[in-house]
Amino acid sequence: MSAPLIPNLFGVCEVLVLAIVWIVDQILYALAGLIPPLTGLAQWFDPVARQRLGMGPLGSELLIVLVTWLIAVTIIVIWATLINLLTMMWVERKFYSRLQDRYGIMISIWSLPFWPFNRAGRPTHRGTGYLQNIADGVKLLQKENLTPRNADSAMFHISPVLIASSTLMIFAALPWSSGFYVANLDLGILFIFAAFSLAPLGILIAGWSANNKYTLVGGLRAAAMLMAYEIPMILSVIALVFFTGSLNPLTIVRQQDRPLVSFGALSIPAWYVFSPQILGFIVFSVSMMAEMERIPFDIPEAEAELVEGWTTEYSGMRFGLVFGFKWLRMIAGAALIAILYLGGWSGPVFTTLSVGGIPVPIVPEEVWFLLKIYLISIVFIWISWSVPRVRIDQILNIGWKKLIPYSLGAIIIAAAAIASGLWSVG
Amino acid sequence: MPEFWINMGPQHPMTHGLWNMKVKVDGETVTDAKPEIGYLHRGYEKIMEVREFQKNVVLTDRLCYVSSITWSHAYCLAVEKMMGIETPERGQWIRVVALELQRIASHLMWLAAYGPDLGLLTGLLWALRERELFLDLIQLMSGARMNQNYPRVGGVRNDLPDNFEAMCRRSIEHFLEKVDNEYQRVFQESKVFHMRTEGVGKISAAEAINWGVTGPNLRACGVNVDLRRLDPYEVYEEIDFEPQVWHDGGAGDSYARFVCRFNELRESCQIILQALEKMPKTGPYRVKAPRRAEGEGYAKTEDSRGEALFYVIGDGDDRPYRVKIRSPVFCTMAATPIMLRGNKLADSVAILGSVDVCVGEMDK
Amino acid sequence: MSAAATTSPSITGRSVPGAEKEVLAQLQVAFGSKLKDAKIVRARLVELVIDRADLVPLCTYLKDTLGFEHLSCVTAVDWKDHFESIYHIENYYNGCMVQVNAQIPYDDPKIATLTGLWHAADFLEREMWDLMGVEYTGHPNLTRILLPEDFKFHPLRKEFAQEVDRQYITRRKLRGGK
Repeated sequence: MSAPLIPNLFGVCEVLVLAIVWIVDQILYALAGLIPPLTGLAQWFDPVARQRLGMGPLGSELLIVLVTWLIAVTIIVIWATLINLLTMMWVERKFYSRLQDRYGIMISIWSLPFWPFNRAGRPTHRGTGYLQNIADGVKLLQKENLTPRNADSAMFHISPVLIASSTLMIFAALPWSSGFYVANLDLGILFIFAAFSLAPLGILIAGWSANNKYTLVGGLRAAAMLMAYEIPMILSVIALVFFTGSLNPLTIVRQQDRPLVSFGALSIPAWYVFSPQILGFIVFSVSMMAEMERIPFDIPEAEAELVEGWTTEYSGMRFGLVFGFKWLRMIAGAALIAILYLGGWSGPVFTTLSVGGIPVPIVPEEVWFLLKIYLISIVFIWISWSVPRVRIDQILNIGWKKLIPYSLGAIIIAAAAIASGLWSVG
Repeated sequence: MPEFWINMGPQHPMTHGLWNMKVKVDGETVTDAKPEIGYLHRGYEKIMEVREFQKNVVLTDRLCYVSSITWSHAYCLAVEKMMGIETPERGQWIRVVALELQRIASHLMWLAAYGPDLGLLTGLLWALRERELFLDLIQLMSGARMNQNYPRVGGVRNDLPDNFEAMCRRSIEHFLEKVDNEYQRVFQESKVFHMRTEGVGKISAAEAINWGVTGPNLRACGVNVDLRRLDPYEVYEEIDFEPQVWHDGGAGDSYARFVCRFNELRESCQIILQALEKMPKTGPYRVKAPRRAEGEGYAKTEDSRGEALFYVIGDGDDRPYRVKIRSPVFCTMAATPIMLRGNKLADSVAILGSVDVCVGEMDK
Repeated sequence: MSAAATTSPSITGRSVPGAEKEVLAQLQVAFGSKLKDAKIVRARLVELVIDRADLVPLCTYLKDTLGFEHLSCVTAVDWKDHFESIYHIENYYNGCMVQVNAQIPYDDPKIATLTGLWHAADFLEREMWDLMGVEYTGHPNLTRILLPEDFKFHPLRKEFAQEVDRQYITRRKLRGGK
């Protein structure tokens, strides 16, 4: 029912690339006046000259295709990390501070020490706090990157890279609306779960390679817990696949876009959370909370006992990477919950404005998706900061003895619903 | 994996003070424990022999810096017993109010430290927010929030200010509401909290008495001993209060210790309200103590953490000949290996937090 | 919780008035000659002075027969010509406390340990060994507890220099005062 703001990411990127190519071309033509051999290069970039000379269209040249892909991936990565990660960190820190009856982070542009922000008489630390995370990142950048003496240096250095890159890989296959994606994989959900599951390996390597009793215990606990909770997560998704018949996120969201029950103008959409899959939804959410290592499941990083758990020996930006990417995994986890059970980016379009000839839907799909992600994250943050931590053997108890039977039950319910015709696929 | 010793401390974010606990772990289970203390030993008993009786109050304040009035009061009581003087009645009532306010502040600090031990970081900020109320009251009464130098040999330093009673009633009313609504819900009605604290760190009553455990830790084992009731000092005989004892059969685990200490918050509020009503409105609050004294005196009081005992010997000089400080945490620390054995490593912080360690009084 | 005594009383939490007279009477009956001095200082406090050899029998009698289950405090005092090891033992059933002063000769600062009766004596006696140098024979682990392991002196003794003598000389002392 809703419409995307960016209907085709690659289209946008191509336009961008062609614009850049045109600017480069003008510069080259200008330079060709001075240096005659550059004329050939300028003509290679010029689509009109290419047509005249009988070469293929510019868009099919390998260089242009590569640059287009690069820009598309960069846009997605910047969108996910620079914009969403910072906003998510800000939301979390502000929200839990308010739960704790205090103001929270307050460094904003008014704390910057240069004009026009350093007005005299204006309080410097009374802003919204959005720049605090950037300030923390800069602080971490300028710290010394220590390596423990007897640590396994190669593994020690590679594990933050492993964690960070596997987390970013998720966003290659995670669509943000029906047009804003990099890759439309038929097995998209499988790819996302595979990328999710690489991080426990990185955590285990990190814990073991630092040559420290505390990190080893933390890494082992993390590995045990994450492995235990992957299974109910994937089993619930299998239960869901009975209904959807496809692992493509775009298909799954499109299937949820129809109304389930209509009361005149209002209607309940056919989100899978309203279907017999609700058991799978609960199991998936709990498992996702454990996968994201949030309190009550944050025993691997339990500061009370193990200082910082498996991240103890990391300093500087390496620590920043492993620490900050916890929130990126939270965004990815919330996005998965939204896509699989809460209808993804589907939502009503209230009106369509025309901005300079381009119709802009109000409210576009991206906004609905972000709304759902942030609401789910706020619920997770709320739970996190209100309950104590669960002990590792109690966590494993819950994972193996309670969640797996429930997820198997969800599969049986799904199979029964399909077989009895209660729910039709697609 | 073979058994190995892990050092919890002396630098550790959650051991609340400077001491080392060596635990021997077999996988995840603790098989033995050995506390190592003395990192904060300041030689109190020796340096108190060189200062006059009154000047030692400055030192006893800093024994347990979280709960300073109770310690200085115990010292002043011991010196008064040695000198044979008695505080006038209004002074005794003011002392009771000061002690109970300090007890609430100390228990709130324990609560603020115990929440993060278990992962409940919100508890830290809420408990500290309420502690501000009581620190403000203590500041109104004595001029300082910590290390107040308030009790004197023979009374207290100054009388209660005029607006003290009104502010006290207002703060206590606000606090009791918070205890019932917020803390009760976040701590005791949380299933995860029960999972973490029930059944861990058990110690039986007979063992606890034999190892010298006192205070809320002993009452959690079901032993009905509260020094304010058993061996009353000041005007505690005239106050109607209930020692908080764990009743459901000898538990002695972390949850029982938590409940006993938590309920003492409410109890202390009731004591303060009663004291404000019953105290004589005017009267002397201090008698002049003699400068030189000979003899010996001992006083034991119910400190926030247990039985604090001071034994002072004077030999006719204006300074004590020997001061002995008996700290409740020192003796409870000897019993912690019993509480830790058999539990998991992850529980050790929960157990040690529920015992409420204050290193200042343990190491003197 | 009741003790393992014959009559199994229970801890009511309140003290029994006049208990100290009863306790003193029973002690004088059991140990009459060995008590160098026995008096009631005030309500709920009995003070005894004994020689160091009678310590363990007296404490066994206190714990097993009279129900004094709580060893509160172990102190050692340096009187320059003799040591004194002072024990404060408390009875939870009647609220009474007994202070036992055991005299120890100066050149042989040894006394029997009470860890067999009360485990609370473990840390308390270690502290007195550490600071005062009184040796408790039979203690399972008589090592330093508060001071570093390799510290050579016993600071609480009067012969160990006091703060004022070590660090600075007060003006009063310079002027010939104390």
